[in-house]
Amino acid sequence: MSKLELRERFASIQRESERRNEEKNKESIPTIFIVMSTCGLASGATETKQAFEEALSEKSIKARIVPVGCLGHCYAEPLVIIDHPTAGFPPICYYQINADRARILVRSYLEGGDPVLKYVLGAMEENDLIPAVMDFPRFSLEQRLVMEHCGHIDPNDIYQYVAKGGYSGLVKALEAEPEEVIDLVEKSGLRGRGGAGFPTGRKWRIARATEIDDKFVICNGDEGDPGAYMDRTILESNPHQLLEGLAICAYAVGANRSIAYVRAEYPLAVKALQKAIKSAEELSLLGPSILGTSFNFEVSVFQGSGAFVCGEETALIQSIEGKRGMPQHRPPFPVEKGLWGRPTVVNNVKTLSSVPSIILRGPEWFRTIGTEHSPGTAIFSVVGNVKHPGLVEIAMGTSLRTLIFDVCGGIPKKKEFKAVQIGGPSGGCLPSSFLDTPIDFDSLTQAGAMMGSGGMVVMDEDSCMVDVSRYFLDFTQKESCGKCTFCRIGTNHLLNILDRITKGEGREKDLELLETLSKDIKDGSLCGLGKTAPNPVLTSLKYFREEYEAHINEKRCPALKCRTLIAYYIDLEKCARGCEVCVGCCPVDAIFTTKGRKKAIDQELCVKCGECRSVCPPEYDAVFKVSPPELAPIIERPPEEKKESKKSAV
Amino acid sequence: MIKLIVDDKEIKTEAGNSLLQACLENGIFIPNLCFIKTRQHPHASCRLCFVEIDGLDRPVTACTEKVREGLVVKTDTPTVRRLQRTAFKLLMSGHPCEAKVCPVKGSCQLIRIAKHLKVGLNPKPLEYIDREVEEEVDLTFFTYYPYRCVLCGKCVYVCREKNGHNLLTFAQRGFDTVIGFFGSAEPVDLPCHGCLACATICPTGALIPKPELIKEAKMNP
Repeated sequence: MSKLELRERFASIQRESERRNEEKNKESIPTIFIVMSTCGLASGATETKQAFEEALSEKSIKARIVPVGCLGHCYAEPLVIIDHPTAGFPPICYYQINADRARILVRSYLEGGDPVLKYVLGAMEENDLIPAVMDFPRFSLEQRLVMEHCGHIDPNDIYQYVAKGGYSGLVKALEAEPEEVIDLVEKSGLRGRGGAGFPTGRKWRIARATEIDDKFVICNGDEGDPGAYMDRTILESNPHQLLEGLAICAYAVGANRSIAYVRAEYPLAVKALQKAIKSAEELSLLGPSILGTSFNFEVSVFQGSGAFVCGEETALIQSIEGKRGMPQHRPPFPVEKGLWGRPTVVNNVKTLSSVPSIILRGPEWFRTIGTEHSPGTAIFSVVGNVKHPGLVEIAMGTSLRTLIFDVCGGIPKKKEFKAVQIGGPSGGCLPSSFLDTPIDFDSLTQAGAMMGSGGMVVMDEDSCMVDVSRYFLDFTQKESCGKCTFCRIGTNHLLNILDRITKGEGREKDLELLETLSKDIKDGSLCGLGKTAPNPVLTSLKYFREEYEAHINEKRCPALKCRTLIAYYIDLEKCARGCEVCVGCCPVDAIFTTKGRKKAIDQELCVKCGECRSVCPPEYDAVFKVSPPELAPIIERPPEEKKESKKSAV
Repeated sequence: MIKLIVDDKEIKTEAGNSLLQACLENGIFIPNLCFIKTRQHPHASCRLCFVEIDGLDRPVTACTEKVREGLVVKTDTPTVRRLQRTAFKLLMSGHPCEAKVCPVKGSCQLIRIAKHLKVGLNPKPLEYIDREVEEEVDLTFFTYYPYRCVLCGKCVYVCREKNGHNLLTFAQRGFDTVIGFFGSAEPVDLPCHGCLACATICPTGALIPKPELIKEAKMNP
């Protein structure tokens, strides 16, 4: 089989893709792109789509509805892009389009030609009429490489991916020798995006060099960090790019079989991937003798059953083999002896999705993005206290400040930034003094956090760092597989100590104990989960020690978060005579009327839910939160009232 | 034969052996609970057999290290002892020692390890944690005492070796992990033939054979 024949076969697929495109353009009817990935669906995209369909048929307007993957702008879901070629406007992106708004858009824009500016997020192209989305930092500061086509193509239509240059990387790889492909990846400096940052090219070379012919390639899509959903979005929005990367990887290392390990909690991603595999096989882009070459490659999807630890590569392999998902001691590394004892390359979804463009555009181009030791881009799911949460892809080396304050719009409600937790439960909490840290593998590790797979939680002044550590430890402690002593029992001790500190029962020696135990767990654990589980404790102890000390020594929670250590009270000066708003909302009838017909809180009954504070009319703003609870003034219940409440309690 | 130096003493062992086995064979005790010398891929879960090797910047588990000619090993550095003592205390925090009634007090590995590490059998400065496990699980040929179990996994391994498939395995996860028994709803109906490999290898008295069975075994050796 010559290179010419390979090219010719692929060219025929490209021609078909062009033909379909032209056909669509011929009938110049509006196209409505609706973001229908998990996040879109959760915020009501199904209803939006239905409303569009109904409104279009009611008004007998001809338009195409195309479900697309995620753009990453979670704050604006359900997102809709309308391309109305005859209206004289460029394609327009609309935000938060619920069913009602969808009907309005059909009536006003598609029928009346008025683009309804109040729902517009921006135009998708530069123009003189409507501000373009690229004028907003949330769009312009991003650099999309892996997520370039996410949200712009129908993930279920392979021809749309091909039209964007898809599978050309695979063809280029197949024209070259496997070693040359590995050279390209090695030169690009691509590092594993799963968290550890191991050089991908080196991993492939080791796998290539093993003498056993039967090898495996595994795509690790067992994304489990709380608040992280990068892999899910990529799988749902552009599964073909991953498949292309997988095929290139398999060709380079000499594997013919691959397993995509995806969480069962991602039903949409599983479906999209399965569909993509099928349509790629139909076009001979996967399967036996790809595009007529001698390269055979099959991909199957394996659904993980919900254990966080299965994201660890050895546990993941155990899980595929039908065993309990428990990590194994390395070496041997999977790349030497992995699935069923065969050499196995395990790469993250984002790593594999980066590969096609590296092959196509070359390692030099890839190196122009990012930093010297961490080239390329980083994808974060930025959640927590930011104005514009969602998926963000930025060049490595961008500072945390740019990411949080410029790209994501900073902290809402005029609150202060307090900390950012990077790398999920195994990462660290960095304070504001680290905001100028560049985001790359080495700088973050040096700062005590880690790149992780891309979870980022931003916290404002209302977050208690002891409570945050407790939260993450509670997670890792539950998700420990129970195999090794340090992780199984050690994390439980850490959690217990943090728990008692947040309850005001902390002891003088607790901080020392937390530190030494954390250090031992890090040094002694068997796998990455245990080795990194104490990171949130260690970093918050390092940067927010005074907060721990306040909890232990003064029984005070500076962020007014830990329930046992706070109290609510009503300022009698500010409370309005006769106002009863707080009384009705108190779930435990703790609010009573004072002699002066104002309100006060019975501290013994109060469960500190904070409802009274949130309902107190802003013009009075009479409810206050204090820590330690003793600071709340004690107001006696009038005697007759007391009796009554006792009666009702009985 | 391979020569290596452990605690300034030259020892010899066969190639392919693990460092832990080499030391144990040569009378150098390194605390361990989950090590089985015939096991191809060490379980490495008890995290007690730490040693320091010249040239490596941090302690490693001796069971997972293969011996190499000229290896220089230290088994009692402060870092090694720190990790071992912490691991031991962690285990003891979920294993309240009841020496008076313990059926294996004479042969309990934990006591031997405590003596070696020169620590008590209490978890101080850590606290005891209530594991909220069953007091005992009655099985045909033996009784399982979950709170004595340190989850070394030896029983799981030998059962598989002996019977070709496991009748027991790890169940639950995280801190709640226990040994669970396959087979049927009632543990007494477990298709176990009473080879007692599991109970024999248990280092902490969590699996205790029933007395009548021991008698029987003695009568028909």
